[in-house]
Amino acid sequence: MSRAEDISAALLAQMLDAGAQRVTPDILQPAETLLDLYGEDIRARAYVTHDPALGEMMLRPDFTVPVVQAHMADGAEPARYAYSGAVFRKQSASRAREYLQVGYELFARDTAAQADAEVFALFARLLEGHALRPVTGDMGIVKAAVLGLSTTERRRAALLRHIWRPKRFRALLERMRGQGPLAADRAALVDRLRAAPVAELIAEAGPQLGLRGADEIAARVAALLEDASAAPIPDDQAQALEALLSLAAPARAALAQMRGMGWAAITPALDRLEARLAALDAKGINTETLPFEASFGRTNMEYYDGFVFGFLARDDLPPVATGGRYDALTAVLGQGRAIPAVGGVIRPDMLAALEDAQ
Amino acid sequence: MTLKLGVPSKGRLMEQSFDWFAARGLTLSRTGSAREYAGAVDGVDGVELVLLSASEIPRELAAGRIHLGVTGSDLVRETLPDWAASVAELAQMGFGHADLILAVPVTWVDVETLDDLDAAAAAFRARHGFRLRIATKYHRLVREHLRAHGVADYQLVDSQGATEGTIRNLTAEAVADITSTGETLRANHLKILKGAPVHQSQATLFASRLADWSDARAVLARVTSQLGIGQSDSIPPLL
Repeated sequence: MSRAEDISAALLAQMLDAGAQRVTPDILQPAETLLDLYGEDIRARAYVTHDPALGEMMLRPDFTVPVVQAHMADGAEPARYAYSGAVFRKQSASRAREYLQVGYELFARDTAAQADAEVFALFARLLEGHALRPVTGDMGIVKAAVLGLSTTERRRAALLRHIWRPKRFRALLERMRGQGPLAADRAALVDRLRAAPVAELIAEAGPQLGLRGADEIAARVAALLEDASAAPIPDDQAQALEALLSLAAPARAALAQMRGMGWAAITPALDRLEARLAALDAKGINTETLPFEASFGRTNMEYYDGFVFGFLARDDLPPVATGGRYDALTAVLGQGRAIPAVGGVIRPDMLAALEDAQ
Repeated sequence: MTLKLGVPSKGRLMEQSFDWFAARGLTLSRTGSAREYAGAVDGVDGVELVLLSASEIPRELAAGRIHLGVTGSDLVRETLPDWAASVAELAQMGFGHADLILAVPVTWVDVETLDDLDAAAAAFRARHGFRLRIATKYHRLVREHLRAHGVADYQLVDSQGATEGTIRNLTAEAVADITSTGETLRANHLKILKGAPVHQSQATLFASRLADWSDARAVLARVTSQLGIGQSDSIPPLL
């Protein structure tokens, strides 16, 4: 066995000791669910193959989705699961295409703060002695801040949809403040759309073609005209949001700073953060020094929607471990049923490489 | 020792490549019968002409089986993952211009930019239960472009030809294809999205970073000096 496999086996054993039940999802997963969740990004990153009977299949790019599916199908509550095995990702250049993951997932209702703290404290204990830098964040606070903007429902939804794409998010926010190139393009488009009734504009343009019907075009034109008369997002709110997104401080200090912003919309989310910090304290984590970065998890961790965390060896390498809360994902995969869930994965290959480097 | 130069084996791309080299004192010619893919080079010693399909030249460069090759910059970027690690651009040759663009039906009066396409894709997915389909054969270039611009809720569907017809056939809602004049698009009642194209392609002389240059380096120096292009330090071998 390679060193990474030894580390993997030891980590899995400790997770089972912590009360988890072992699960062993198949390597071949139906592609449809993953494609529907992640779109083209996953097609670029995952190995897709074809089965004559089952259709498009994927070499599992992660364990979370099959573990959630298995739990939604026949899991008891609360439940703790652990797993280990290879995942497969297309990579540029020299990074590993096939590497091990060991993970732990906790499904439990009504005890979010305790569940978050249990998972983080377990990972902190398992990774002790590896000289890793922990980072925490909270997508729930970011979402609450967006939902608290004084603007239309449609604009808030558009911003939420792009919360994981920081560049696009910033461009949208700029447009909604009436600034930047997108705002100029939009104003010109709205002028043209005001020139005549939409049915006339469509008829003038040419013959109707394709699946997107005239009613869909008309609906978006109506939405554009309505949006054009909405007031810009106020500067002070946009600046507060930017300040929040760039916040990086020890967790307790970060909490105090965010409380100091006096922003009522994020108060419930801050209360949840405070409860989590208390639960972490109770688990022996020093929240006076624990790093908190409000934007951590905003890129390539699309399904996390609350607490997020990572353990990093170096800033230029992928994190050795990542995790977080993904309540919304269970709702999507549960087709209406949902259960709060939090979990994370460790990459034993990276731990082995760190040992070698020492 | 010889340096292998790959050039498109037929059509206007071959003729224009021959003209480009001839204007710089390197005479390329086909030898044998018109159907035989063999060639000769006059003007510099030690260069062997290899006639290949333009679409195979990126792969041959990346495999190191040819040292230099002429092909479209779109093909190199589409075919080779992390292309800049496999090949270096020596010269843009000024012909074979074509833009890779995104196009939607002209009746989409509400869609002019990628910003609009993204919003339309979100509404389309909510309405139809699947992601808005974009037909193309340039998957890598289009996906990277849309990712860089933060477009979501789309999917790429493969189309190796007659891409403009996919919308009429209800197998796609939008297309991404190569165009030089836009005539085919207009004939199919499609319009190009505003803003920079996905990629502006032209015939380009590439050098392989992965070929064996141990003996060919001296020939390369003669070729680049004859062609009047600076021999960049980034040209192989770096391995």
